Amino acid sequence: MTNSFSEFAKAKMFLVIGSNMTEAHPVASTFLKNAVQNGAQLILVDPRKQKLADFAQVHAQIKVGSDIAFLNSVMYVLIQEDIYDHKFVDSCTIGFKELKEKVQAYPPEEASKICGVSPDMIRDIARRLASVKPCMLCYTLGITEHTCGRNNVVSTANLQMLLGNMGVECGGVNPLRGQNNVQGACDMGALPNVFPGYQKVIDAESRAKFAKAWNVDHLPDKNGLMIPQMMDGLVSGAVKGFYIFGENLANTEPDIRKVEHELESAEFIVCQDIFQTETTRFADVIFPAAAWSENDGTFSSSERRVSRVRTASLPPGDAKPNWWIFKQIAKRMGHDWPSDSAREIWDNEVSQLAPSLAGIKYSRLEGDGLQWPCTHDQHSGTCFLHKDGEFSCGLGQFVPVDWTPPAEVADAEYPFVLSTGRRLYHYHTRTQTGRCKGLNDILGEETADISLEDAKSLRIEPDEKIRVKSRRGEVTVKARITPEVPIGMVWMAFHFRETCANWLTNPAFDPITLTAEYKACAVTIEKIGNQKASIVNR
Amino acid sequence: MNMIRLTIDNQEVTTQKGVTILEAAKNAGIIIPTLCFHKRLNPIGSCRLCVVEVDGQSEPVTACTTPAEDGALITTQSDHLFRMRQEALKLILANHPLDCPVCDKAGACMLQDLTFEYGIKSIDCQVPKRNYIPAYQTTFIKHWPERCILCMRCVNACKEVQCIGAIDSEDTKDGPQLTFNRDKCVSCGECVQVCPVGGMLEKKSTLRWRSWETTQVRTTCPYCGVGCQQLLHIKNGKIVQVTGVEDAEPNKGRLCVKGRYGFDFLYSEERLKTPLIKENGQFREASWDEALDLVAHKFEEIIAKHGPDALAGVSCARSINEDSYNMQKLFRAVIGTNNIDHCART
Repeated sequence: MTNSFSEFAKAKMFLVIGSNMTEAHPVASTFLKNAVQNGAQLILVDPRKQKLADFAQVHAQIKVGSDIAFLNSVMYVLIQEDIYDHKFVDSCTIGFKELKEKVQAYPPEEASKICGVSPDMIRDIARRLASVKPCMLCYTLGITEHTCGRNNVVSTANLQMLLGNMGVECGGVNPLRGQNNVQGACDMGALPNVFPGYQKVIDAESRAKFAKAWNVDHLPDKNGLMIPQMMDGLVSGAVKGFYIFGENLANTEPDIRKVEHELESAEFIVCQDIFQTETTRFADVIFPAAAWSENDGTFSSSERRVSRVRTASLPPGDAKPNWWIFKQIAKRMGHDWPSDSAREIWDNEVSQLAPSLAGIKYSRLEGDGLQWPCTHDQHSGTCFLHKDGEFSCGLGQFVPVDWTPPAEVADAEYPFVLSTGRRLYHYHTRTQTGRCKGLNDILGEETADISLEDAKSLRIEPDEKIRVKSRRGEVTVKARITPEVPIGMVWMAFHFRETCANWLTNPAFDPITLTAEYKACAVTIEKIGNQKASIVNR
Repeated sequence: MNMIRLTIDNQEVTTQKGVTILEAAKNAGIIIPTLCFHKRLNPIGSCRLCVVEVDGQSEPVTACTTPAEDGALITTQSDHLFRMRQEALKLILANHPLDCPVCDKAGACMLQDLTFEYGIKSIDCQVPKRNYIPAYQTTFIKHWPERCILCMRCVNACKEVQCIGAIDSEDTKDGPQLTFNRDKCVSCGECVQVCPVGGMLEKKSTLRWRSWETTQVRTTCPYCGVGCQQLLHIKNGKIVQVTGVEDAEPNKGRLCVKGRYGFDFLYSEERLKTPLIKENGQFREASWDEALDLVAHKFEEIIAKHGPDALAGVSCARSINEDSYNMQKLFRAVIGTNNIDHCART
């Protein structure tokens, strides 16, 4: 997030696109709703009539995967009606001319055919956005989990720069991150192209710095593999050994049958986890790990806030802190690492090596933590980035992009679009929440959420078991008939193994980020008894 | 900024215009007793414990709802106010069972503390007979209507803070009572967190505890990326309750159902407790030395035969920063590959 959660309560306007924060980020959503109740405007862009629709002044119910067409069209109106922020565009950005040319192809009448939002509503949204400043743009995986995910993200940034909403309080581009420490894992360099603090591995100076700190002669100089490439490598033989730490890939990756084939193909798999999972079945060795609240450490949240995690109880049996396990393997491979606690790792290594974290020490994290960049020990942290329109690369670069359809679209054989996500009462593959008393009582099984219209035309009753089928697999699951879902959509989560949406999802990836298209694939639904469903007139 | 000056308990107080007497007093370090007031909620003014005398006004006013005026002379402690507060408390106690020995809230109950502070030894008035609606309960939350003091904190918190509106009140022939909408409730537990007495309690933990038996540890929630600050209440090395840390960034005391009730996976019998090595398709228990040696040896063998890029690792977006740091360090500095990733892209 460029900005912070504390700004939600003060914001005057929100554009929420591809984020069902009521279920995926419940507490954040309460601050947004408070702001709306106190007079802020909310523009919701989402294929589903999710809870935020009750609070929104405008809900643009776009078709799945049409975000760029919609956003380009909003920008078309802003430029055509000359209601964009000239001052910001002129002084803080480059590439406006190219953007202007690109969005010429998206007049509302044309874009409407792609995104399903009426030309009037597109114009209304553009005018609303131009009339209130600043506006906070929030998104989640509805933007990123597409084959055009990277371009979707770029489009949100294009819009916010065009509106002059960057570098100000209550503005910015704000991806709400799905996991407690996904921000931190990135910050720590658990990525194939960067060291901690986003220092590039292809940069010789960075390599020299880290080689010295880690007491090694040299460090690998080419970018490593991303997860989908690793999985491919297991089958091709390029990757022999696979170390899986706290991930249940066998349930979370698209096309479970494909994933399990890949895991089966590995020569050697090490899993490190707190429970046996569907993934640990493929392991040769399993290390038992200490869980949250069983050791000290830090998490970094969506708003770049580094907060303390503290020990409440001891790990069971012989389970050990994860950092300790890595240290022991290093030791057996001839490397003696000096740091012997999470605090020593952070204070003596992380904050010494990552300039944006240099001012963050455990002694400064007792209260509300600190938001990076925090570059020295007097620095109070950073609530919002790009202050006064200063971007890390100098000027903000408009990156014009075209809309591209999802890799797999509905057709005669698979006439429904399956979109996936999270539900409030469970978390991911239920490794944790499935073992918490009560949560299974509230939500004990998966459902396939379908529209009232489709249920009627297919004669599907509430809670009736139906078959949802894609080119990759099928699941038998209860139908949940709901006005949240538009005609032609099936919506499912990935919390339950047997009915996991990932038996169906498409392993098609964004070409740059290799993010999978969890939000769109083609499926068909059948009544049990093999009566094939056909879609109602749209 | 518009500032005003007033006098509270003979103390000169300068404060911002528009604040209530309660806030002005608090800013000056003067504590006025409250029960229904909660700093995260709009003033309710139902309990009348915060009564104060304002010079020139015939009757005491509630400090939580009355704006501080420039030049006002305010008294927060007097015999008259003490008796008024005693009366207000007695009225509440007349409708509140003294079942403190079996109430989970004992020791952390505002009514208990105020009763002690105001020296109430008996209630002179007739205890009214009331018929209560059957207690509302969900998987995680239980309402105790006979203990409810109708302060309306939970009603307002559900509406104002969580924007849910699952709790309301209605007048019945037995007086006002709370009503609940089960379909709207999302089990966030905000009502439990703001309840000043034992009127709204949790039924999560199978362990029982007294408030004074627990120690509290502040930590960060392990679920989504908001980073809510939690207070873990621990008895005998086990978490028995989780509450939101009031005043903390970013959540200001709020939690969701998973943050509040999703902790006991820790104590599952299915936790991995020892390293496991697969032999002939079956896992067997192993010592750390044996398992670590095996992995290090196998990694060295793969590196020797196929090079370091034949190894790849996926880190965990759920675990602490220091774990991810050490894992990427292992891959880069020890194994010699940048094949390290995690699920940020998925």
